[in-house]
Amino acid sequence: MRQLIIFVKKEFLHVFRDRKTLLMLFGLPIAQIVLFGFALSTEIKNSKITIVDYSKDVVTTNLIQKIGASNYFNIERSLKSATDLQADFKKGISKMAVIFPENFGSDLIHTGKATVQVIADASDPNLATTITNYVTQIINDFNAQLSANSAQPMQIMAEIQMLYNPELRGAPNFVPGVMALVLMLVCTMMTSVAIVKEKELGTMEVLLVSPFKPIYIIISKLTPYLIISVMNLFIILFLSAVFLDLQVKGSLLLLVFGSILFILTSLSIGLYLSIGAKTQQAAMGLALMGMMLPTMLLTGFLFPIENMPIVMQWLSNAVPSRWYFLIIKKVMLKGLGFKAVWKEILILGSMSVFLFAISLRKFKIRLE
Amino acid sequence: MRTLLFLLDKEFRQLLRNKQLLRTLIIAPMIQLILLPLAADYSVKNISIAVVDNDHSTFSQKLIYKITASGHFKLTGYTNSYPQALSMVEQEKADLVLQIPTDFEKNLVTENQAKLYIAINAIEGTKANLGGAYLASIIRDFNSDISVKWQTPATSDVPQVTVASSNWYNPYLNYNLYMVPAILVTLVTAMAAMQSAFNIVEEKEKGTIEQINVTPIKKYIFIIGKLVPFLVLGIVIFTMGLILARVLYGVVPVGSLFVLYGSLILYMFAMLGLGLLISTYSGTQQQAMSLAFFFINIFNMLSGIFTPVDSMPGWAKTIVETFPPSHFIKIMRLVVLKGSSFSDISYHLVAITIIAVVFNTWAIINYRKTA
Amino acid sequence: MESVIKTEKLTKRFGHFIAANELTFDVNKGEIFGFLGANGAGKTTAMRMLCGLLKPSSGKATIAGFDVYTETEKIKRNIGYMSQRFSLYDNLTVTENIRFYAGIYGMRIKQIKTKTQELLKELQLEKEAKTLVSDLPLGWKQKLAFSVSVVHDPSIVFLDEPTGGVDPVTRRQFWDLIYFAADKGVTVFVTTHYMDEAEYCNRVSIMVDGVIAAMDSPAHLKQQFGYSNMEDVFYELARKAKRKGD
Repeated sequence: MRQLIIFVKKEFLHVFRDRKTLLMLFGLPIAQIVLFGFALSTEIKNSKITIVDYSKDVVTTNLIQKIGASNYFNIERSLKSATDLQADFKKGISKMAVIFPENFGSDLIHTGKATVQVIADASDPNLATTITNYVTQIINDFNAQLSANSAQPMQIMAEIQMLYNPELRGAPNFVPGVMALVLMLVCTMMTSVAIVKEKELGTMEVLLVSPFKPIYIIISKLTPYLIISVMNLFIILFLSAVFLDLQVKGSLLLLVFGSILFILTSLSIGLYLSIGAKTQQAAMGLALMGMMLPTMLLTGFLFPIENMPIVMQWLSNAVPSRWYFLIIKKVMLKGLGFKAVWKEILILGSMSVFLFAISLRKFKIRLE
Repeated sequence: MRTLLFLLDKEFRQLLRNKQLLRTLIIAPMIQLILLPLAADYSVKNISIAVVDNDHSTFSQKLIYKITASGHFKLTGYTNSYPQALSMVEQEKADLVLQIPTDFEKNLVTENQAKLYIAINAIEGTKANLGGAYLASIIRDFNSDISVKWQTPATSDVPQVTVASSNWYNPYLNYNLYMVPAILVTLVTAMAAMQSAFNIVEEKEKGTIEQINVTPIKKYIFIIGKLVPFLVLGIVIFTMGLILARVLYGVVPVGSLFVLYGSLILYMFAMLGLGLLISTYSGTQQQAMSLAFFFINIFNMLSGIFTPVDSMPGWAKTIVETFPPSHFIKIMRLVVLKGSSFSDISYHLVAITIIAVVFNTWAIINYRKTA
Repeated sequence: MESVIKTEKLTKRFGHFIAANELTFDVNKGEIFGFLGANGAGKTTAMRMLCGLLKPSSGKATIAGFDVYTETEKIKRNIGYMSQRFSLYDNLTVTENIRFYAGIYGMRIKQIKTKTQELLKELQLEKEAKTLVSDLPLGWKQKLAFSVSVVHDPSIVFLDEPTGGVDPVTRRQFWDLIYFAADKGVTVFVTTHYMDEAEYCNRVSIMVDGVIAAMDSPAHLKQQFGYSNMEDVFYELARKAKRKGD
């Protein structure tokens, strides 16, 4: 036991003396949480649009004003003619064009119908759909105003409530994902590179020839990163609560417990990867390909898992961060308890035990 | 000049001999290109909706039918109890809840008005937006369907504005067309910035850089010799990516390849400059990796690949303007989807050039001071 | 005897710390000059200044007639250098290493070809021409590194502890190469910890605490201090040192 403490102390010194890497180990999560929490949002607003008004009457002016007043749009350009539209689109200046034909107002009054043309830049299909919808909404509101006088039959009014995130802030969506990503990164990538560096330097050999048990060596190598990750966890939670107004709605203890399980799993993976890699660059490459990519893709925080091909949905079950992400969402954002997450905890727990066991075995085999 | 050639000869030989590295550098992007678009499918399908039907009328049945028939929604729950539906949302089994209150049909016919209640899991931002939008439009359609049958002459003369909408450049709303060009950018970004930094720092760490310093090789020649192989590698990977994109996803650039490659080379200068800059601040490979990774992660998330830049607060937008990837991604999407020309993308090209000059100058100044 | 290295009160300060203090000495053409000193005595600093790697704080020096402040590029062209750790690229072959360094120093392609053949023959490495350097035994690596450092026929070659980690026989063979080069007129400036190698030099200087404590031929030094071998001479001077270790 005393031996172990000596080892752990040494490892700590290694890590904490490397100022630059330390900066990254703590700086990265902090910077990311703050940046992403504040900057990222899937809400669509301030889309730049172009107006072409051939009619220039009271009605069109009214409608244009309504459109411009909406948060969803920024009227970037008012063109004289629709022939210039292509150029705007090609420069990426505008995302949508709203075109009012000649005699719009008089057509509306005399024939009862007028059509406004909406051309969306469908490069981003979802954006196009959404802003087309927004414009249609505004037009429909206008129509409703027009018919407010005459009793229209059958008006359905939909009341919409946003659950868990009423202001549609980006933070609740991204912070859990970033948490999982960052913890995984530090634990897997940093750990594997650190271990391989020792191999490269040759000092690993010295350790291995010593009478100290291999398991002590492993534990001592992983401990600093475990501690750093837990510290990071608390920093992230603190920052989210203070700056992003994102408190832990559920049990903090449960959240920390789940996080530690995840951290252990990631550490084991880092260990496993370090055994095969010959150079630091290879270790990093392996960690990136083997962990980072699947984590980004298959955790479910960037892309909806249900949309993926079945094979990938299947694969996502093997990615630890997917389960951790669920735990964070349920406990931190929705405030649920153990009953809701026991399945995920069980899975993470077994993953960490399993991975640690096989890494340990592989490590021992390497010695012989 | 001759020294540069000899230097390049050595660098290329070393690079090509490092089979493990080569494999990672080339295979990783390809896997990324294959998997990412498959995963990055934001198109709106399979939104799970739980319906609480307290009315059980013809109207409610019709509405539910309309919703499921739209192809965007999956009915995952049909219940009498709102709490039950809510718990489905908690369990991630439903994204939306639609509550049809009692007497829905009756109220609509007798009072001309009725309410519907929708609850959306707003944690899933995209789904919230789109699910809500689609549901709203389906309800609107349903509303006009049923009210048409009840139209009287008095009520049918109200002037209405109709909207004729069309989608340009991507009429089939194929999400791949939007994502694949951006993913091509990420392929070369990490490689350019990280690997170049690594390569230089490795020599620092091993000590071989001292040997170079004693020779008459000028510093700038050394730098060029280090960066050129990665420029070439970047072009190779980009080309492979273009081919794969065409074969797998049918993405064919509308614009000119000349414009694409010209922008690519400019972009590479900027990112290699960043890699060089990182190497001047790193003593060990671990440090280089940490620094590079920091930037690349931020680039990946903030450059507008996954979330719209327009939705960001003003200060964030300004920061994003200084990222080369955000410009190159825009360029890729403009050229591939719309066939934009050099003059169309000139703003972005200029931006990249300025950033490239800044990075490279800063790096060279640093370099002169240290080694 | 013309001097190829001339220094006059050459000094290097790092803040308050004076690493090399007013070094003044000459090295003659074709001489094998041993630069000795304990770790931390200032050897490496001095050598780096002479190679044009480090700018002196004060004092004067010329290498092969070129000024160390203003003509470092010309110095670099006219010297060879074999570093303690690495001169050769592990993942390049013997031939590729030779060609690289020859090319860097401006030799023409034809010249490179003939020189490569020459070197391979001299070192008896013809069969290993296409072998990766990492696969060579340490002794051969060192010999190759030396030959590569003089491939462009420089007037001076600086050797920084070139014979670390090899057996005495190989070390002897290495010194044969040095003699051979010196005979051809190359000045050899070598640092070493091996005192028997100090005996092979024409002259030797011993640095202690940043200054040159003694400089003369090994024979004279032994006579001066009254010892029969250089080790004892060195020990007497070095143990008075106040600075310890690198």
